[in-house]
Parts: sequence; structure tokens; C-alpha cells
Amino acid sequence: MIRDQRRWQRFTPMQRARRAAFYLLAAAAIGQSLRAVDVIPEFLQDMPEQVADLFRRMWPLDWGYYGKAVHEALIETFHIATLGTILAIGLALPVGMLAASNLVPWRPLNLLAKLILVSSRSVNSLVWALLFVAVFGPGALAGTLAIAFRSIGFVGKLFGEALESTARGPIEALHAVGAPPASVFLKGYWPQVQPAFWSIALFRWDINIRESAVLGLVGAGGIGMALDTALTLLYWDQAAVVLLTILAVVAAAEIAVTAIRSRIL
Amino acid sequence: MSAPAAAPAPAPARRDPFPPNWPARAAWGGLALYALYAASTLEVTWERFVYGLGNGARFIGRMLPPDFSKTELLLRGLIESLEIAVIASAVGILLAMPVGLMAARNLMPRWLSWPARGLIALCRSFHAVIVAILFVKAVGFGALAGILALVVSSIGFIAKLIAEAIEEISLKPIEAMRAAGASFGGVVAMAVVPQVLDRFVGFATYQLDSNLRNSTMVGIVGGGGIGATLFTAFQKFDYDFVLAILIAIIGVIFAGELLAGWIRDTFK
Repeated sequence: MIRDQRRWQRFTPMQRARRAAFYLLAAAAIGQSLRAVDVIPEFLQDMPEQVADLFRRMWPLDWGYYGKAVHEALIETFHIATLGTILAIGLALPVGMLAASNLVPWRPLNLLAKLILVSSRSVNSLVWALLFVAVFGPGALAGTLAIAFRSIGFVGKLFGEALESTARGPIEALHAVGAPPASVFLKGYWPQVQPAFWSIALFRWDINIRESAVLGLVGAGGIGMALDTALTLLYWDQAAVVLLTILAVVAAAEIAVTAIRSRIL
Repeated sequence: MSAPAAAPAPAPARRDPFPPNWPARAAWGGLALYALYAASTLEVTWERFVYGLGNGARFIGRMLPPDFSKTELLLRGLIESLEIAVIASAVGILLAMPVGLMAARNLMPRWLSWPARGLIALCRSFHAVIVAILFVKAVGFGALAGILALVVSSIGFIAKLIAEAIEEISLKPIEAMRAAGASFGGVVAMAVVPQVLDRFVGFATYQLDSNLRNSTMVGIVGGGGIGATLFTAFQKFDYDFVLAILIAIIGVIFAGELLAGWIRDTFK
């Protein structure tokens, strides 16, 4: 009797080779990084003491700083984040539309739009802020533009993907009755992508609130400026007030986003 | 978005196919008013804008051509950034797995899931750069502060997504495993992990990508990596070197994105 030599295996040899290659690569990368990175272990042992010292310096909190500098900066941060998001949406919608291959059936234009989106996302908001501070001088204008330019890639990419996954039916129906392009977009595509659009916009606004809080570190306005001042002067009791304020704002933004999302989606 | 012209008279009760949505219009109007008000607080004047454009032209003029001559400085910064990103991703993902599992409300008792969720919320609330500032104070300037800051933000992001993914899984395999007398570890390994592995690989590669981006930035506050080089170049008005650094960063991030795509394909 001939025994069946076949054995069941979950993955093909090719798949297994790829996985093995990944594990090898990951192990090599981690090992090499751990070996080469410039870390002084003594500093790590010193950490508990330093953290205790940090909290001692933070306590008691200097609440007077809130009225003096933080409140105004906080309002500015809110404006930077919101205005930046609105501006980003305005700029990202056309680019996202160009990136959607079903809306613009011309490949070079799609690729150009994708290139714009990728470069917007690759440059960090702090780096965008550095660039705009160099161009427009320090202040909230640089921060708003930085937030807007960083968000274009994010909003445009997700909006383009939402457009690409719309159903053909309503659009063909609108074409068939001779609707002009604007109506096709407003009545065919827009209702289908509207929930995705709001969810993207709210998500990005939430992220932007967090990001605009650090832009001040490079001079682009907002609450980060107050933090930067406190840190340079080593007034940790004031820095702690700023940090607590940021914590409160981020929590409030998250609650607001959850509330709006459950109402309009 | 306006409604089409009024329907001809003979049809008495024809419903308008696209009725105007007044609350939505009011919301759009409110948003526009807010935008105008907020823009007015930015003190944007036409002169400033024109001045800025002239400034921008000069700025771009000084950036071009990019100056790649300080190769050693550039490479050293980039390699340190890569090391920070790799270590932070590995440690962060490793720590995020148990935290995410603990935060899943459908598998864990309340007394365990709430503290875990609190930890995640705390890790998520501060931007990596702010966390880096605190770690620079705690462990001094250098790569270690950057690594710790990125580990914290990785835990916040991945643990949250793992918890959400676990909360959406089907409980039937788990029930079957329990009925067959499997231990807790067995249930997790054979009933939970297979259901979330796909999404987990997605989050993990995304986090690797985002750590790569952020590792180029923690240097601005003293957390090591190319950010320090970039910030110094900005302060010294070495704009051609700035452009070279930016091009190098975009190149690395693009390569990282390709690598992430390859990893996702491998584990599909």
C-alpha cells in the first residue's frame, strides 16, 4: 500500500520564504539599531529621580499664568486648528477629486494629484511651520498655513478614496438624463461620500487641535508659544499649567467630535 | 445646491425632489462667518501677504539648488532617526499588545479594562513632541528621549486600535474554545489573534510609518535624530541644506511606505 505523501501546509513555500525574510529583516534592523544607537544607560537609571524632581518643580501649579498668557494663546490655538482644517478642506477637495480615477479618467492627472498629496503628508506639520515662519514671520498665520498644508494630504487622500468607492448606478442615471457635470457631482457623488467627508473632516480637526498645540515651539503661534516661554525660563510650574490646559482642550475636542459624529452620521 | 425652478402649475402636490435643507444651510453659513471672524484675528493684511510672497520667492531662491555636500552630517542624522523609529516601533508594538488586550471590554473585567483605557487616553492626549520635551528633562538630550516619546505615542495609537478590533470580533470561536476547556492563553492565541491579525499588521505598519515621520521631528526639542540637524540648519539660515534634508526625509519616508506595503502583502 502506497502511503499518501502529501502534507497539508497553510502557506506556499514562497509565502513562507517571504515571512522568513521579514522576520530576518526585522530582527536585523532591531539588533543593529540597538547596537548602534547612542544611548547612555546611566541616564535611564537616573530617570525616576529626575521625574520626581520634575514633579517637585511643577508643584504648586502657577495658576496665575493661565490668565496672563495661556488663555489668549488657547483661543489662538483653536482658531489655528479650525481655520487650518477649513482651509485644508477647501484645498483638498479639488485635489482629492483629481486623484479619483473614476471622476477624472486621465492617468497623468491622477498621478500628479497623488504626488501633491504624498508630499503634503511627508512633510511634518512642524516642518511646514518652520517653512511658513521663514516666509511670513512668526505668528498664527504661519501656524494656520502649516496645519492646512499638512492636512491637505490626509483629507485629499481619504476623500479621493471615498470618491473611488462610490456606486456607479446613480451617476449613470444622472448622465442618462443629461445632467450637467456640477449636478452629477452634487447629486450623484456628494450624497454618497458625505458621511465619509464629515467623518474625515472631524477626525482631522481632532488631530489638528493636538498638532496646533505644538506649533508654537517653532514660533508659529498658539499655546505652544506659552509652553516654549515657560520651558526656556525653566518655569516648570507654568509649563505644567499649559500641559494641563492642553490635556483639557484635547479631551474637550474628543468629546465634541464624538457628540457631533453621533448627531450627523 | 438650490432646488430646481418651481414645478409647472398643473401638478398640484408634486414633492420637490431636492428640498432645501435649511438647518444644513444655516450650519454652512455659520461656519463661513466663523472662518471670516477667525481669519480677521490672524491680522492678515494684503501688504503682509505680498511681502510674504516676495519673501517666499527669496526663500525658495536660497533653497535651490539643494546642498548635499554635508553628506556625513545628513547620513548620521538620518541613521539615528531610523534607529529611533525602529526601536520605538518594536518596543511600542510589543507593549501595546497586552495593553490593547486588557482594554478590550468584551474579554476583560471592568476593573482591568478601565485602567487600561485610561492609560491609552493619557498616552494619546499629548503630541509626541510634547512627550519628548518631558523625556528630555527626564533622561537628558539624545536618542533615548526620542525613543521613549515615540514608544508612548505608539502605545496610545496601537493599543486603542487593537482594543477596538478585539471588541468587534465574533465571540463564537472563543465560546467554543472555552467549552473545549482551553486555558486563557489558548483562547487568546487561537481564537482572538487569528481574528485580529490582519488589522493588527495594518496598524503596526502604519505606526512604523508614522514613527519614521515623527522620529525626524523629536530632534527639534532635543530628542535626537535628524530633527536637530534640520532645526540647526533653519536657525543658521542654511536653506539649501534644509532642502537637502527635506528631500532626504521624503525619500526615506517614501521608501518606508513601500516597505510597509511589502509587509502588508506578506501577511495578507
